[in-house]
Amino acid sequence: MTTPSSSTAAHRARTAAARPMIECRDVQKYYADYHALRGIDLTIREGEFFSLLGPSGCGKTTLLRTIAGFEDISSGAVLIDGQDQENVPANRRPTNMVFQSYAIFPHLTVAENVGFGLRRDPRSKAEKAAAVEEALEMVGLKGYGKRASHALSGGQRQRVALARALILKPKVLLLDEPLSALDRKMREQMQVELIKLQRQVGITFVLVTHDQEEALVMSDRIAVMFEGQIAQLDGPEALYARPTSRRVANFIGVMNFLPAHVLGETPNGVEVEVPGLGRVEIPAGNVSRRDPGDEGPSVGFRPEAVSLLSASQSGTGRVTGGVIDEVVYYGDMTYYDVRLDGSASFDGKARPVRIAMRNVFGREVQDVGTRANVSWSPGSLVLFR
Amino acid sequence: MKGGGLRVYAVAYLLFLYAPIFLLPVFAFNSGTVISFPLKGFTTEWFVQMFGNASLRKALVNSLTIAVSASVFATCLGIFAARASTRFEFPGKTPIMAMIMLPLVLPEIIVSISLLVVLLSIGVQLSILTVILGHTLICMPYATVILSTAFNSLDRSLEEAAYDLGETKWSAFRLVILPLVMPGIISSLLMSFTISLDEFIIAFFLAGNEPTLPTYIFSQLRFPKQTPMIMALGTVLVVMSILLLTIAEYFRRRGLAKTGAKDTGGFL
Amino acid sequence: MAAGNRSQAAQGLTLISPPLAYAVLVMAAPLVTILAYSFLKDGYLTVIREFTLENYRAVWSDPIFHTILRRSLGVAAMVTLVTVVLAFPVAYFLSFVVAAERKGLWLFLITIPFWTSYLIRVFLWKVILGYNGVINSGLKSLGIIEQPLSFLLYNINSMVMTLAHAYAPFAILPIFIALEKIDRSLLEAGRDLGESRAMTFWRVTLPLAMPGVVAASLIVFIPTIGDYVTPALIGGGKIPMIANMIQSQMLDQDNRPMGSALAVSSMLVVAVFSLLFVLVNRRFLKVRQ
Repeated sequence: MTTPSSSTAAHRARTAAARPMIECRDVQKYYADYHALRGIDLTIREGEFFSLLGPSGCGKTTLLRTIAGFEDISSGAVLIDGQDQENVPANRRPTNMVFQSYAIFPHLTVAENVGFGLRRDPRSKAEKAAAVEEALEMVGLKGYGKRASHALSGGQRQRVALARALILKPKVLLLDEPLSALDRKMREQMQVELIKLQRQVGITFVLVTHDQEEALVMSDRIAVMFEGQIAQLDGPEALYARPTSRRVANFIGVMNFLPAHVLGETPNGVEVEVPGLGRVEIPAGNVSRRDPGDEGPSVGFRPEAVSLLSASQSGTGRVTGGVIDEVVYYGDMTYYDVRLDGSASFDGKARPVRIAMRNVFGREVQDVGTRANVSWSPGSLVLFR
Repeated sequence: MKGGGLRVYAVAYLLFLYAPIFLLPVFAFNSGTVISFPLKGFTTEWFVQMFGNASLRKALVNSLTIAVSASVFATCLGIFAARASTRFEFPGKTPIMAMIMLPLVLPEIIVSISLLVVLLSIGVQLSILTVILGHTLICMPYATVILSTAFNSLDRSLEEAAYDLGETKWSAFRLVILPLVMPGIISSLLMSFTISLDEFIIAFFLAGNEPTLPTYIFSQLRFPKQTPMIMALGTVLVVMSILLLTIAEYFRRRGLAKTGAKDTGGFL
Repeated sequence: MAAGNRSQAAQGLTLISPPLAYAVLVMAAPLVTILAYSFLKDGYLTVIREFTLENYRAVWSDPIFHTILRRSLGVAAMVTLVTVVLAFPVAYFLSFVVAAERKGLWLFLITIPFWTSYLIRVFLWKVILGYNGVINSGLKSLGIIEQPLSFLLYNINSMVMTLAHAYAPFAILPIFIALEKIDRSLLEAGRDLGESRAMTFWRVTLPLAMPGVVAASLIVFIPTIGDYVTPALIGGGKIPMIANMIQSQMLDQDNRPMGSALAVSSMLVVAVFSLLFVLVNRRFLKVRQ
């Protein structure tokens, strides 16, 4: 499952320079006393595949619904294509939504479902029928027009929902957890198809999901939300490699944390002392200044950002010794829990770090209890303070 | 499992339930004037007598009028109640819904007598209209339950989807919700109709001088000579009730099939 | 469809107001009126608006009221007992033996007799149990008896049987629902741990079905106690129950305050007994699945 990286790069470059399509300015929303959205400031550009990512209850679906017009906002403004949507009801906004349950009308056929929004369209019946056919073909359901909609599979329903929304040529397509009801294989297939569809149609997609893998695969940019606020808004690579807080770091993938003692600023970054790693200069780009950090400053790195070597090998870059505590073999990967030498020097608490190694042909799996070397570089560390 | 013994018991129970009803056609076609064995002979004269009886026809027309009216009113009120209770939260919802469902557990004698007393004291004349008043009240809970089930089986997002695709709130209701709820509406109409047609106590107390079918039957019970004709009438009524209920059940099942919901087995 | 909280409540209340208004006007207001009447005085052809407890005193000191009340409670209790006990095996059969796709059909068959005219069904029992009725004439023509049995009709037992027949489906449904809700794996777990079938039933199935049994009992008890037709027809008018007494006071004797006091008193008694019944069984009702 690969996306052609050249067209992705071109696409990203294009959308990064595109004009704003959706703007949220200090959007607040209260449900009685409950503060659901706490000041959302957001710009989504034309042609982007944008995701709202977060755990349940973070407000991502609420935000999507306020853009769609199904929820009022308590204060602030929502603009779509430059127009303030304040008194514009959902049925008049230039958006269309694919609902989590797909909401396919069970008493209508597939064609009737897809053509539902064309009811008040002035075109002739023949033209409308042609449009429906075209929409069905675009989502890969050619010839399904006459089928009864209550007999469709989950994946087919989703495509009908997509066709039904896209036939109206909205400026923005909103998707509320569209893949959560599908099984794994179907989900992976649909992820690729959604990307292709979006590039083909060219309009702005806004997706809500709690699945970080999904967001990373499909999005041009992601807004990570916790408790009604945006914690970080970035492209997938930046979000993964340089999370700006421990919470975001933990939500997207797995991260190892070690306590850090800040020694001072340097021209290129910050110098810290980390038990187990020693003295390191963290590059400025990897320093997060927004973390409230009630546990004090810490340094983090992803399990795959460092390498495990046997005790006799020496790698490039910095090398630290340690003891293997635990080995978990997964088939394509092996995970090692390693206690680095000196990692307990701060407060006597040893903190094993998890290292992920791809099981490459020829590489031996190491044993529990043996010594090993860990090869790493300052660029793979992120400082949270 | 004890399939065998229980099954025998269940079948025997069912036979016991239906036994009196089976007697109806037996004696409706029996040429004897007294309801007893041995059977005398086959005849259709009781049915002829029944159709020729003017007061009976009047009572039948009245009852049909009442039943149709009560079922329509009760179903309309039921639509309001079901929509409100399944779609919205509002203050006092629980006690309000309890009040609307209360007629189910009130003995009919209390409903009839209290309504009667109030109507008399404000000087309203008893007639078919007052019976319709009472019947609508007792049918309303049934209509509400049936329609609530129908509304509940719908995906919440369906209306929003229709709205999102450009419809107004009313046209979304009309094009999407109403067709999907229609089997429930038909069910409710038929059930209320049947309840009203067979209901005796409220009709007895609130009809005044107007004859209704059950009150007519009640008045004829004193005359042994009329008994065979009553048997004929009873046969017709039972057959009609069974027919209507079969149709109601058919629509209920079709409604479920259309939306793909599970069958919980009955108006529960 | 932008839904603020206020708008939700407003829309909901607007929608519910027609049925609510109807229930208030046609049911609640008359009930309140009856309550009011029960505290007023009876005049000749009118009601005197003076507060009095005389009606209640008269009702509660009347030996006939006590007899009728006892009889009504007794009959209703008997009917409830008979109906529920007989209904339970049928509900059990439906839930545990009948295949899932057949259940709807069975339920439908069981409820049909209920939807046919109650009046006709009661009348049929009269016809069946009468002196020259179906049973007697049938037995006579078969040569089993010489003289017709006279104990079949016009007594309490016949009333109990008629009512039990009429309310049978009411009892089956709630018990069935409760049994359906029981997680089958609980029963299998019991047996897996070595219990016999009878013990599993006694210790697991029955307690879990109790909410259904309680509901069934109330559904049978309350309407039965207020029944008018069966005492009139099957009791021959000689064994009145509370409904007949209320009617006689209110209409025949045109004593509205008295009739109202009677109605309120009997409703109170029924409510008290029902509550007591529910309280006694509350430890079963606390169990949620």
